[in-house]
Amino acid sequence: MQLETLVSQFQNKNEKAFETLYNMYSESMHGVIYNIVRDNDLAEEVMQDVFIKAWHKSDSYSAKKGRFFTWILNIARNAAIDKTRSKTFKNSKKNLQADFFVDILENNESLNEQTNAIGIKGFVDKLAKKCIEVIELLYFKGYTQKEASETLEMPIGTIKTRNRNCINELRIMLDVK
Amino acid sequence: MTNQEYIESGILELYIAGSLTEEENEAIYNQLLENPDLLDEVLKIEAAIMQLTAAASPQNSKFIFKAVREKLGLDENNEPKVIPIQQKPIINWITYSGWAASVLLVIGLMYLFNQNSALKSDIQVVETELQEQTIDNTLLEERISETTANLTEVQKLLSVLRDKDILTVPLAGQAVSPESYANVYWDKGANTVYLDVQGLPEPPAGKVYQVWSLTLNPLSPTSLGTIDEFNTNANKIFTIENANESEAFGITLEPAGGSASPTMEQLYTLGAVKTNS
Repeated sequence: MQLETLVSQFQNKNEKAFETLYNMYSESMHGVIYNIVRDNDLAEEVMQDVFIKAWHKSDSYSAKKGRFFTWILNIARNAAIDKTRSKTFKNSKKNLQADFFVDILENNESLNEQTNAIGIKGFVDKLAKKCIEVIELLYFKGYTQKEASETLEMPIGTIKTRNRNCINELRIMLDVK
Repeated sequence: MTNQEYIESGILELYIAGSLTEEENEAIYNQLLENPDLLDEVLKIEAAIMQLTAAASPQNSKFIFKAVREKLGLDENNEPKVIPIQQKPIINWITYSGWAASVLLVIGLMYLFNQNSALKSDIQVVETELQEQTIDNTLLEERISETTANLTEVQKLLSVLRDKDILTVPLAGQAVSPESYANVYWDKGANTVYLDVQGLPEPPAGKVYQVWSLTLNPLSPTSLGTIDEFNTNANKIFTIENANESEAFGITLEPAGGSASPTMEQLYTLGAVKTNS
């Protein structure tokens, strides 16, 4: 089924469509959330909240604003970051600043069957530090290109082309050409 | 910007990341609607990012939709009640008759559509025929008015020929063109000459026939004018004014515009007026 159809059914509160979208995106969202909160149970809880939030505010999505994936990715990143700011989280967790998503990828012994484990491993092994930083900020943390350019102290244009080259590398390893 | 340049700029990767402004997002959305190649690129970037982010999810995670369902209160109990079996036939009957009605409606619409098309093309045929008819009529009217004009002319000529006061002067072919001939019908009372030049060949380009009135003793020619419309006049009969005491008429071939005196070498026809004495 076409994604547009699925999304519009979801916006009409069709549970079947909702479940299909959940199955499509939950693992990615869990990955993004887990990268921020670094706790499996907590990540799962936040992820469920993300989809509940999406269900309630489905009207606010419009294809004009971007891809559905990007929309839900935004909700996920914001929910995870909100979680790290909560009191309970701060009390129980150590400072996570230094961790990057690659740490998870490197330690994730058996990646899920749905993901191209060999491709991801290959990418991580080959990935230069400059790619890790840019991908971390733009996709996992939801920085704007301006914020990323300030954080990494490089011009916006460089962020753009570097990111493009890094994603190209990823696509080659995953065979998404 | 070409598609390739657009793709190479890296903006589509930022589009998936959600790092662009609302205006930029909408601009890209509009581009994607028109450009399947760009959309294809976006889908591939999205697929790669989805795989990468999913890979960051620890392997032992569970993604049970039931939990979300329960939290939303969308569990099974809320689903509509199962419809009792007895009602089924009615529902089927309604369904079938509904379908039958739509099929009939479609057939009816198609029939009407066909009828309409047939009528439209009939109207067109009739309109075309009508148009052709109008054109034919116009041609016919022109033909009739032409014919009427010709008839009037012919009747006039006939009356001239029958008039007892008209002098008929046959002009015979001369050395340059022995087979040529012409006739002059001279209405002395009206000072008019009707010249029939049916028997003259078409003048070559740049040349015209010139008509002369002659007196014989001494021989002196007077020009009656040139026949400029020789080729266009179907009857080859020309009306010329002549107030001279002509004793003979001659026709010479002259350069276009005519000459002051006849070129005797190009004298085509000549005839003397018969005297009654």
